Amino acid sequence: MSIQAKRDAFHGASLELRELTMAFDETEVLHGVSFAVASGTTTCVIGPSGSGKSTLLRGINRLHEPKSGDVLLSGRSVLGDKPDELRLRIGMVFQHFNLFPDHSALANVALALWKVKRLAKDRAFALAAQRLEEVGLGDRLDHRPRDLSGGQQQRVAIARALAMEPEVMLFDEATSALDPELVKGVLNLMAQLCERGMTMLVVTHEMGFARKVADQVVFMDEGEVVECGPPEQIFDAPRSPRLARFLSEVL
Amino acid sequence: MDLLETLSKTFFDFGAMAQVLPQLLQVGLVNTLIISAAATLIGTTLGMLVALMGLSPSRLLRLPARIYTDLFRGLPAILTILLVGQGLARLSQQLFGPSPYPLGILALSLIASAYIGEIFRAGIQSVEKGQLEACRALGMSYSRAMRLVVIPQGVRRVLPALVNQFIAIVKDSSLVYFLGLLVSERELFRVGQDAAVLSGNLSPLVLAGLFYLLITVPLTHLVNHVDERFRTGRRRPRAPVSGLDEVERLERTSTTQPATGSGR
Repeated sequence: MSIQAKRDAFHGASLELRELTMAFDETEVLHGVSFAVASGTTTCVIGPSGSGKSTLLRGINRLHEPKSGDVLLSGRSVLGDKPDELRLRIGMVFQHFNLFPDHSALANVALALWKVKRLAKDRAFALAAQRLEEVGLGDRLDHRPRDLSGGQQQRVAIARALAMEPEVMLFDEATSALDPELVKGVLNLMAQLCERGMTMLVVTHEMGFARKVADQVVFMDEGEVVECGPPEQIFDAPRSPRLARFLSEVL
Repeated sequence: MDLLETLSKTFFDFGAMAQVLPQLLQVGLVNTLIISAAATLIGTTLGMLVALMGLSPSRLLRLPARIYTDLFRGLPAILTILLVGQGLARLSQQLFGPSPYPLGILALSLIASAYIGEIFRAGIQSVEKGQLEACRALGMSYSRAMRLVVIPQGVRRVLPALVNQFIAIVKDSSLVYFLGLLVSERELFRVGQDAAVLSGNLSPLVLAGLFYLLITVPLTHLVNHVDERFRTGRRRPRAPVSGLDEVERLERTSTTQPATGSGR
C-alpha cells in the first residue's frame, strides 16, 4: 500500500486555533494561542510542565470551556456547536489511559460505538474487535485493563478513540506513564496514524518522536506559544532563548 | 442452681418460644422483611437522588440535598418515626387507610436515604475524574457518562458500606412498633414483646432476637466477602510478564512497522 493510499484511510480535518484563551476561575492559564494544523498532518506541542499544553487540548475539545478565541475544524468555527457533537469529531488519548476498569478491552472500545454512535450492539462489538486487531491486540479482547500492560492499555485507548472515526486526534502525553520499553510500540502506532493521514495534535515529551514524525512543532511556555515551526527549525535552530534553554534541559 | 434456673426460665423457656414461633414466622418475620425491603428499596432510590443532587454543579440542587441529609441523619430515628408517623397520619389515612405501616416504611426510608445518599456520594466522588473525562471525550453526555461508567464504579466501591446500611434498616424496622401497628402488621420485635408479656419471661424476645441475627449475620458476612473481593479482586495471581516479551511480540506483528519519520 502506498503512502498516499494509506493517507486516504483517514479523513483528517484541518484544525485552527485563533487567540484561544483559557482560564480557571479568574486565573488565565492560556493567553491567546494561535496556530493551525493542516489536514492530515501532525503537530507536536512541547514545553515545560505548567506551560498549558494539556489545558490547550482540553480547550479544543471543550472538556474545559475556553474563555475566548476560536477553534476551527475544516475552516468552520466549532465553538458554537454542541460540545458532545464536537467531541465526536475530535478523539482524545490521555496520559493515564482512562480506560473503564470494569470493562474488557473489547467493551471499552465498543461502549461509545454502541451507546453514543447508536450502532447495533453486534456491529459495535465487531467493529471494536477490528479496531483492537489493528492496534495489535486481537488476542487481548477479553482482558480487563488491569490485566494489560501500560502499553497495551494505551493502545486500547487509541483504538477506542479511533473507533469513533474522529477527524482530529489529540494526544495528551500518551507515553508519559509507560515503562520505557513500551513507549516505542505506542509511538510507532501514532506514527502509523500520521502516515495514514490522521490530523494529530500531540502533546509530548518524546523529542525524538516530535523530530521524526511531526510536520510542525509548537513550543509553549507560560500559557503562550513561544515558537512554532518545522522540527528542524525548532530542534536545530531555536530562535527564542526560552526554547533553547528548554532544549538544553531535555535533550 | 437457682440462679441458673432463673436465667434459663427468663431467657430460654423453650415452651414459650415454641408457642410464639408460628407467629414470629408467619407475622413477625414476614413484616420485618417487608418493612426492611421496602425501606431499603425506597431509601436506596431516594439516596441516589440525594447523592446526585449533592454532586450537582448547581447550588440550587446541592443546598436542599445538604439540608435533607443533615436533618434526617442528625435526628434520632425514633423522633423521625414519630414525627412522620403521627404528623402525617391524617394524610396517610386518606391515601392508605388507618394503618400506620406505610408511614413507618416512609420514615425508615427517609432516615436510610440520608445515610445511603452520603455513601453513594462518597463512592461516586472517589471515581477518578479521568473516567468522566474519557466518557465526555467520546461524546457521551454528562448524564449518560454518569449512568454508564461513573455511578456503577462508585456504587461497586461502596457496596460494603451499603450492606451495613441495609443491616441498620433491618434493626431500625423494630422502631415502627411505636406507631401502634395492627395485630397482623406486627414485626419481629412487637410479636416477641407481646408474647413476652403473656409468658411472663423474655424468651419470646430472645427468639425474636435470634430471627434478627438470622437476617443480619449472613448480611454481615456478605459485607466481609464483598469487601474482601473488592480489595483483592478476582484476579488470580499470575507470573509477571517481561515488557521485552511484549516488545518482541509487537515487533512480530505487521501493525507495528518502525516509525520511519514523516515520510513526506
